[in-house]
Amino acid sequence: MEFFLEQVINGLQLGLVYALIALGYTMVYGIVKLINFAHGDVFMVGAFLGYFGFTYWGLPWPVAIIMSMVFCAILGVVIERIAYRPLRYAPRMIALISAIGVSFFLEYFCSLRFVFGANYRVVQRPLSEVSWQIGGITITNIQVLILVAVVAMLIFLQWIVHRTKMGAAMRTVSFDHDAARLMGVNVDRTISFTFALGSAMAAMGGVLYAIAYPQIQPFMGIMPGLKAFTAAVLGGIGLIPGAVLGALIMGQVETMTAAFISSQLRDAIAFGILIVVLLFRPTGILGRTETEKV
Amino acid sequence: MGRNNNQLIKSIAGVIIFYALIKTAILTGFLNPYWQRVLDQSLIYVIGSLGLSLIFGFAGQFSIGHAAFFGLGAYSGGLVSKMLGTGSIPAFLLALLVSMLFTALVAYLIGKPVLRLQSDYLGIATLGFGVIVKVALDNANKLIPEMGGATGMTGVPQVVTFEWVFFFTVLAIIISRNFLHSTYGRVCTSIREDEIATSAVGINPAKYKMLVFVFGCALAGLAGGIYAHCYPFLHPSSFDFLQSFNFLIIVVAGGMGSLTGTVVTAVGWVFLQEGLRFALGEAFMDWRGVIYAVLLIILVLVRQQGLFGNKEIGVLAPRAVLTKGGKKNAAPES
Repeated sequence: MEFFLEQVINGLQLGLVYALIALGYTMVYGIVKLINFAHGDVFMVGAFLGYFGFTYWGLPWPVAIIMSMVFCAILGVVIERIAYRPLRYAPRMIALISAIGVSFFLEYFCSLRFVFGANYRVVQRPLSEVSWQIGGITITNIQVLILVAVVAMLIFLQWIVHRTKMGAAMRTVSFDHDAARLMGVNVDRTISFTFALGSAMAAMGGVLYAIAYPQIQPFMGIMPGLKAFTAAVLGGIGLIPGAVLGALIMGQVETMTAAFISSQLRDAIAFGILIVVLLFRPTGILGRTETEKV
Repeated sequence: MGRNNNQLIKSIAGVIIFYALIKTAILTGFLNPYWQRVLDQSLIYVIGSLGLSLIFGFAGQFSIGHAAFFGLGAYSGGLVSKMLGTGSIPAFLLALLVSMLFTALVAYLIGKPVLRLQSDYLGIATLGFGVIVKVALDNANKLIPEMGGATGMTGVPQVVTFEWVFFFTVLAIIISRNFLHSTYGRVCTSIREDEIATSAVGINPAKYKMLVFVFGCALAGLAGGIYAHCYPFLHPSSFDFLQSFNFLIIVVAGGMGSLTGTVVTAVGWVFLQEGLRFALGEAFMDWRGVIYAVLLIILVLVRQQGLFGNKEIGVLAPRAVLTKGGKKNAAPES
């Protein structure tokens, strides 16, 4: 029983990190209908910057996280400006190829010797691990940190989307670009803001991931990115609560499979569940079914 | 019909001349063994990409799991050849047949449920299928020790020569072209344009989506079967979703709905990768991925419709269809 509960907590930890990445995917998809395959690599850049921040540049770790978030927000905006904006009204698949191109670029560029280097790096945790025993279950301070950080981020995101003018603009643009423009919304700026916000959250996820699973390398973003995107689809893409729900399910499935069945089958079972869910609810768990108009 | 006959003769001549040129280049030593391998590889990619071109470029069914079928073909065909162990030509052809049939069967079984999904959701489901196949291949040695699992599979007889690859490539191009210009192919294109309108004229889109999916995946299986007999080492990581991205890039960058685009881009893409290795030399090897990524981004920014758009050249171009009134009322050939 205790072992099971500990796995639940481990799954929660993983799921919360996935949630941070999935939110960026889902917001970008909601607003420009683009699967931003480069998002997982922004996550990787975030992890590296946080690592450099608290290991080499002597920053306290909260400052390192914020520095990494700011840089990645700028990176996200630059990516959108260069690689996606010129293709916004091109066939959708072309933008997808551009996204794959950006993803490859970030991976290989960061692998260059004078950037991050291609080797694995072991992250020295900036805060020493403390664990508490509560009713036989071990909880570490890192798990608490992740929980608090992600919940705070979610509240902040809810506030932005539902209580600010920019959030209203984001919701409007996700409905209809042209109608939004007619209502005086600056569509380009809103999309840039969405990329900045999504990338900042991916960066935060990256640093937390590097602290929780202390090993990083330039291709580390591929699998978490793919799983986070899958989680967003699982929950219903374009929906913020859906992304969180999907990510939490994904985290649990993965941890439970690794703990009770086989760690090699982890990915297969996670994606198998995705396919089954899609077959019964083709728009995800929380997604509304839209009837296509003729 | 004179034009069509002319075109046919020209194409046959073109194929023969192309073959003769390559053969001369090999015999005179102009094309060294290394570049011969690259050429073989590029033609294998042509066959595999044609499959995705039919599924995605022409029928509009988004698949990011194409490499999984490529891998299933390689492993199933490779396994048959390895078990038979003779390395004779009939055994090789039997292995290719198994590759195609097995891949087609798996495509049918997975297509039955997932082809109901639309656009991006279908893409994600096929992506998930690709990951599952990769995990299955990684662990395949637990069921069948010969498949090697995560350590890779060796021991498939290497019987493929340039002639075989060339023959199957030409065959695949001809079959794809004829498929597209048949009723079935036209239905597939109309599903891409508007699925609801297609069903409104009394056509069952599900049937045709399944048909093109199974056919396209069988082509990937054929490419995989040839691959297995061409490279002595098979590894599951050669068939993961990054490989699926390669097929996707070839089809989209070549131009959705253009066979010519797919063929030319598949060859160009393989030669670009190898060419960069050659041109950059040891010192700049690290830059290969960066340059490749930048070229890809520039290509899509400059040519949003892909290299060929939806244009075709030569015999690949669709013929004008004779209407009921006969030749007199036929639409003018453009």
